[in-house]
Amino acid sequence: MAQIDDVELTERLFLKGYPFGKYSPRPNDPASMAVTPLRKPLPACTVALVTTAGLSLPDQRPFDATIRMGDTSFREIPATISPQLLEMHQRSWAFDHTGVLRDRNLAFPLDRLREMVERGAIGAIAPHHYSFMGSVAGPRKLIHETAPEVARRLVADAVDVVLLTPV
Amino acid sequence: MCNQSVGLIQRVIEYAGMSTVSISLLREITEKIRPPRALFVPYPLGYPLGEPNNAALQTRIMQSAFALLTRTDAPVLESFHP
Repeated sequence: MAQIDDVELTERLFLKGYPFGKYSPRPNDPASMAVTPLRKPLPACTVALVTTAGLSLPDQRPFDATIRMGDTSFREIPATISPQLLEMHQRSWAFDHTGVLRDRNLAFPLDRLREMVERGAIGAIAPHHYSFMGSVAGPRKLIHETAPEVARRLVADAVDVVLLTPV
Repeated sequence: MCNQSVGLIQRVIEYAGMSTVSISLLREITEKIRPPRALFVPYPLGYPLGEPNNAALQTRIMQSAFALLTRTDAPVLESFHP
């Protein structure tokens, strides 16, 4: 089980002092409180993955670990790829990278979704999935620009359900 | 930080009209960000779906997460029991 005390001292001190409460949902901000009921049974739903594992394709620009408040950009990953092709560029060494390097499905379970489609557990896999690099200390741009852009693209692909994974 | 980013992105996607569920590796951060639905898993950072090359476990975690999608009593934060 992961706890904040697991991470290295410098990162832990940062996390302990970080104002997470600042980003708690606020009643006067409907965008932070929204709930969308599932509109149809899961076997009829189109499902997309969004991860903050910092995964990108070899021909995409890697995430930039030198941006001080965090790289808020995203990479679009087509559903047709083999997950093991994905590279991981991560600012954070607060976690063990070896698991994801052995099996990208640990954070980006595209192969598991393919099996679920075959079994009829979900309806379809969305044509595009999205990867962010999670170490974003200053998330303003994430909240107001890049995450809404990903949401617009997911809507354009008629996605019903999104599974999100941290690392 | 990853757990915060996931929750913030998740809220934006839910607001855009999709049903979302996330994996949480750090319960105390997810409790502050309060995304609509999250499944806390008892694994180390970097291991959101349990173990590499363990398709059965990865599938069970995903099924447990998807089972939360019908919930509308947000914020939902359940625990996965291996």
